[in-house]
Formats: sequence, structure tokens, C-alpha cells
Amino acid sequence: MSRRDWLWALVAGLFFGVGLVISGMTDPLRVRAFLDVAAWDPTLMFVMGGAILAHAPVVWLMRRRGRALEGPMHWPTPTRVDARLVGGAALFGVGWGLSGYCPGPALISVLSLSAGAFAFVGAMLLGSRLVARFDPPRA
Amino acid sequence: MIHPDWLRWLHWQPSFTRALAGGVLIGTSASLLLGTLGRIAGWSGVVSSLVTPVRGHVAWRVALVVGLLLGGLAAVHFLPGSIPSFAFTPRSAALLVGGGLLVGSGTRIGNGCTSGHGVCGISRGSPRSIVATITFIGTGIATVAVMRALGLLS
Repeated sequence: MSRRDWLWALVAGLFFGVGLVISGMTDPLRVRAFLDVAAWDPTLMFVMGGAILAHAPVVWLMRRRGRALEGPMHWPTPTRVDARLVGGAALFGVGWGLSGYCPGPALISVLSLSAGAFAFVGAMLLGSRLVARFDPPRA
Repeated sequence: MIHPDWLRWLHWQPSFTRALAGGVLIGTSASLLLGTLGRIAGWSGVVSSLVTPVRGHVAWRVALVVGLLLGGLAAVHFLPGSIPSFAFTPRSAALLVGGGLLVGSGTRIGNGCTSGHGVCGISRGSPRSIVATITFIGTGIATVAVMRALGLLS
């Protein structure tokens, strides 16, 4: 991987980090309020809406173009909607509701240097590792 | 690239403006990654790479994390309190560790999270991502409803 590739990813990460903090996604209480039908705070719908609005046209463009600036496109290959997908997503949702963290905001939250953030990220890495142990990654 | 004055202005905006602006930045980030490296911006994939590195998938994801942390650091400087920390009690610890295990394992089994499925996948119109997103929002809502019923939200 070239130095330029590395820089592109760094800048993309930078935008993502600023976006997550601005949007409110890094506040677990906010996230939980979004999932709480009894006291619903719809704010975070705008995060997903804004992101899709900004991203969908570029996806369309890149599909037509067929090639990224620095190399080939790496579109995800799985197409089947199966039990594995639904089961995994269901487990993720339970963890998301319990904690108010999804992976991106969780990684950012270590910046708070709080024990809770480290506990969450440590458990998340362990959870991922455990799955890989029984179901080794394919390249 | 993101002007400090703009961040300061956002500080006084209602939360939905911030949510929308943040969302657009997230979509811009995903677009940048797709347009330059042809890659999908998914954080659960990043987590997978961190715990079980696969050749060719590590370097750009490490750069992405470094950028994420630098961006977060810059933004929180202008928007203090945006990355809150909470009292670490036995109960909150149990919720965080249990939640972390489920988020780590679930996103790996289901091949994606809020970013990979919820933003990138839906932008692509992928049926898998649409089903996954409806599923995790659904079980998330159900989980919070159960927590509310058990008095765990106070």
C-alpha cells in the first residue's frame, strides 16, 4: 500500500471522526434515546439520512466508473440474506441497546480515557476474536 | 479543512442541525474512501482487522483509525462534552462489557454495523444491508424497551 493510499484513508478517518462527534453519535445516552420508543428522540435519524444523502450519489457514480482513483473497486461480494446475517445483526442490536455504543463511536470514545470506554472496546475486540476463533476469517 | 469557526457555530445549533451536518461528513468520508481506495467504510471490519489481521486489509484500516481519533480529538475540542464518560458502577460495567461482547461478535457474524450496513450498504441499495439495519434497529429498540421495563434506564 502506497503512502498516498495511507493518506487518503487518514483523511477519510478524520472526516468520519469529526462527523461522529458533531452528530451526537458518540453520546451513548443519545443513542439509547433514539432506540427508546417510550421517550423517542428522533435526532439520530438525521445522521443516517445525511450520510446516505451524501454517499448514495457517489456510490452511483463509482458503479458507473467501475474503478477507484488508486485502484480497483472492492465491492462486498456476499449477496444472500441468510440466518447468519440476521442473527449477527440481531445480536449487534441487543449490544447496541444495552450500551449505546456501535463500533465507530466506541473506538472514538477511548479518547475520554474513561474506564467504561476501555471496558466496552476491550469486550468488543474479545467478542470479535471469539467469533474468529470458531469461524476463521477468509481473505 | 473543517474550519474551527464552523465547529464553534455548530456548538450553538439545535441537535438536529448537528446530526445532519455530522451525517453529511460521515457520508463524505465514506465517499472519499470509496472514490480513492474503492473501499467500504465499515468500523466492524476495522475491528475485525485489528483482532485478526488479514494481509492487505490492515494498513488502510489503521490509517482510518488514526484519522478517526485525530478527527474526534479536534472536534471534541470545539464541542466539549460530546464524548462523555460515565460513572463506572457494577451495573454500568456489566452493561458495557455485555454490550461490547455482543457488538463485537454480532457485527462480525453479520458482517457489518451501523456504518457498513446502515450507511454504505443502504446507499448501495444492498438487500442484505437493508435487512441487517432493520434487524439491529429492531432488536436495539426491543432491548431498550426491556431495560425500561426493568427500571435499568434511570
